[in-house]
Amino acid sequence: MNWDQFVQLTVNGLTDGSVYALIALGFSIVYGILKLLNFAHGDVFMIGAFIGYFVLTGFGGPLNPDMPLPLLLILMFLCAMLGCGALGVVIERFAYRPLRDAPRIAPLISALGVSFLIQNSALLLFGADIRSYDSADLANGHYAFPSYGIQWGPLQLSIIRILTISLTIVICIALTQGIARTQLGKAMRATSYDREAAQMMGIDTDRVIASAFFIGSAIAGVAGVMFGLAFDNIFHLIGFENGLKAFTASVVGGIGSIPGAALGGIVVGLAESYSTGYIPNGTTYQDLWVFSLLIVVLLVRPTGLLGKADIRKV
Amino acid sequence: MTEPTGPQIGRDEWVARAGERFQTRTGPLGAVERAAARIHPAIRFGALVTAAGVFGIATSDGYYQRVGFNTLYYALLALGLNVVVGWAGLLDLGYVAFFGIGAYTYAFLDSDKFHLHWPPIATMAIAMVGCAIIGLFVGLPSRRLLGDYLAIITLFFGQIFYNVVGNLSITNGPNGLTNLDPLSFFGLQINTVREYYYVALVLFVLVVVVLWLVNNSRTGRAWRSLREDQLAAQLLGMPINPLKLLAFSFGAAVAGLTGTLFAALEVNIFPSNFYLDVLITLYAIVVLGGAGSMAGAILGAFSITVGIEILNSTGNSPTLFYLSASRLFYIGLGVALVVWLRPWRWLVFVVGATIGLGFAVNAVATAAWPSGTHPLPNSGQSTFLSGWVVELTSPIHVGNFAYGVLIAAVLGITLVKGRLRKLLVIPLIYLAAFVWENELVLNPSVTALILLGALLVALMIARPSGLLGKARVELG
Repeated sequence: MNWDQFVQLTVNGLTDGSVYALIALGFSIVYGILKLLNFAHGDVFMIGAFIGYFVLTGFGGPLNPDMPLPLLLILMFLCAMLGCGALGVVIERFAYRPLRDAPRIAPLISALGVSFLIQNSALLLFGADIRSYDSADLANGHYAFPSYGIQWGPLQLSIIRILTISLTIVICIALTQGIARTQLGKAMRATSYDREAAQMMGIDTDRVIASAFFIGSAIAGVAGVMFGLAFDNIFHLIGFENGLKAFTASVVGGIGSIPGAALGGIVVGLAESYSTGYIPNGTTYQDLWVFSLLIVVLLVRPTGLLGKADIRKV
Repeated sequence: MTEPTGPQIGRDEWVARAGERFQTRTGPLGAVERAAARIHPAIRFGALVTAAGVFGIATSDGYYQRVGFNTLYYALLALGLNVVVGWAGLLDLGYVAFFGIGAYTYAFLDSDKFHLHWPPIATMAIAMVGCAIIGLFVGLPSRRLLGDYLAIITLFFGQIFYNVVGNLSITNGPNGLTNLDPLSFFGLQINTVREYYYVALVLFVLVVVVLWLVNNSRTGRAWRSLREDQLAAQLLGMPINPLKLLAFSFGAAVAGLTGTLFAALEVNIFPSNFYLDVLITLYAIVVLGGAGSMAGAILGAFSITVGIEILNSTGNSPTLFYLSASRLFYIGLGVALVVWLRPWRWLVFVVGATIGLGFAVNAVATAAWPSGTHPLPNSGQSTFLSGWVVELTSPIHVGNFAYGVLIAAVLGITLVKGRLRKLLVIPLIYLAAFVWENELVLNPSVTALILLGALLVALMIARPSGLLGKARVELG
């Protein structure tokens, strides 16, 4: 077994997995509170990637930025977070809130429609061309990063990969702590547990649900910019493809569970990465291996790795 | 003679009066609906089939025959999806994969690929049974947590199908399989589009009859009770998971059958025939017609297929496209206004103000920016319209911006009520016409998909029961 290859694949898998984990987080927050599969979440992620791209090119592009690169990066993340957060709130307000008391299948179909609407609006507005962040140039840019990442033995670790993985860890910790300790987190837990009772206790559940969408979508925005930085190429279908992996991640980890979503994302990312390295034709059939993983997890542990069995009361 | 007062023996009063709890429309539409409901469904269906049969003889244009065939195969697919979504209440997002499996089965068994030329009727049977079994296996892992998990697994399954078929060498990857055999039954070969149309019609009748019988059987009733209240159904002793998987396989079998038919007419099939856009189209059909209603699925298939066909006919002739799609758009706007704006004076006022606003804006725009607008009518466009809507010579950037504003405006107008909304509709219509002329008309295929997505959301919110579905009233 080639040890160097294994470590490199692990790092790649962790980077992929971080992006999946971040998308899955937002997905899980919403599912936890509303029990709604937000199919449009992947497309919010895609919009985030495009916002980051337009901020990057709007301020001179990676080679010739109008401001120091770290500042530009922060601006990209901020704009994507705000833009996606707002988009998430708008989607909730107009496509899901009117259906909150409808039969369960109604908001799901509505979510499907929103996803398709966003995807094709992006196709209409941005065209079908693949846009590139040119992040190799970004990292080589003489402003911020003097060299292209760290060479540690045979292992190549780019700054962007380090940034992606560490940012994911920070967001995960902040989110779990926020939900455990802040007042909004408490209100979210209460709303998730019993919406009607929470309302009677004076919790503005509409606001809580809107903030959940804002937070989840803002994290998807971060994931979008990260995806652009780590993988360069963005186009209108990345939302569907990565969203699907993220849904899988949250199911593998235990749907509705925050640590589960993070763990699931990493597991899916690693599975994908190892399949490209160790299975012949693995790159072509990546999706197939991830799907097999999903099936195996559901057969062995139907509630996912960290999910709790749902006991229904009558 | 006195009316029996209390409940009769062997007859549950609550069940007997179930009809009263459904919402019924009032006014002329309601009268038509009630009159139609009095006719026996078999007679209504017979009339429909007769009309469809006459259509096949009456038209000699291959294009219209093809549209007719498309309507029928979309109706078949929608009927199958209706079993899963409408009757059992499950979200099956991998439905198109079964359609694809049916088509590829036909491609393998009836082409030069493996030099197999099986009788198509055997292939159809194999495709149906095969799809039903595969459907069972796809649904199986999520049996303990059907519902949300099923949605994700099936969505992924559809993607896997597309991915694998697009990469395997046995399916020729994205180049697809070509030169499939034409259909033939007992030595009788089916060659022309018209003959395929009639084969599709026969299959359609068979499927409708079978599904009708299933729907009125014990299983059909069990599916409906499952959709209404799973817990109650379970407590009454219904095997809910087998029932769900059965519905799932049933839908898959219908999709597989339709796939063989589609493959035989198309002659060449590609993975892109079985992607997400077909799925969304089918959901739009089922939801528009009214989930759970077979007549609705048929009506939905007709409206959506013809609508998309009109939008996509740009390849044939730009002028024709422009005329038909645009005309449809303005007629649709007009009908919506007539239905929505009740007092006549408001209707007259809004229409008048919109027309006035258009001419004013157009006059100002052409005067202020003569280089960017072109006042002359496009080919096939009436002079009235070109004098009304501002048309830009290079519409890309302004059009994109206006599209964003239009979405925001449509969302915003749902928040205001009463007189203000009626006033705000005037600039909104003009904006919509502007975006239509300068952005959407230029990308008809994307426009069709955007409209389908918007239709799904709008229908779920405004009229979840669709055109022919029965609106349920919550029990107090």
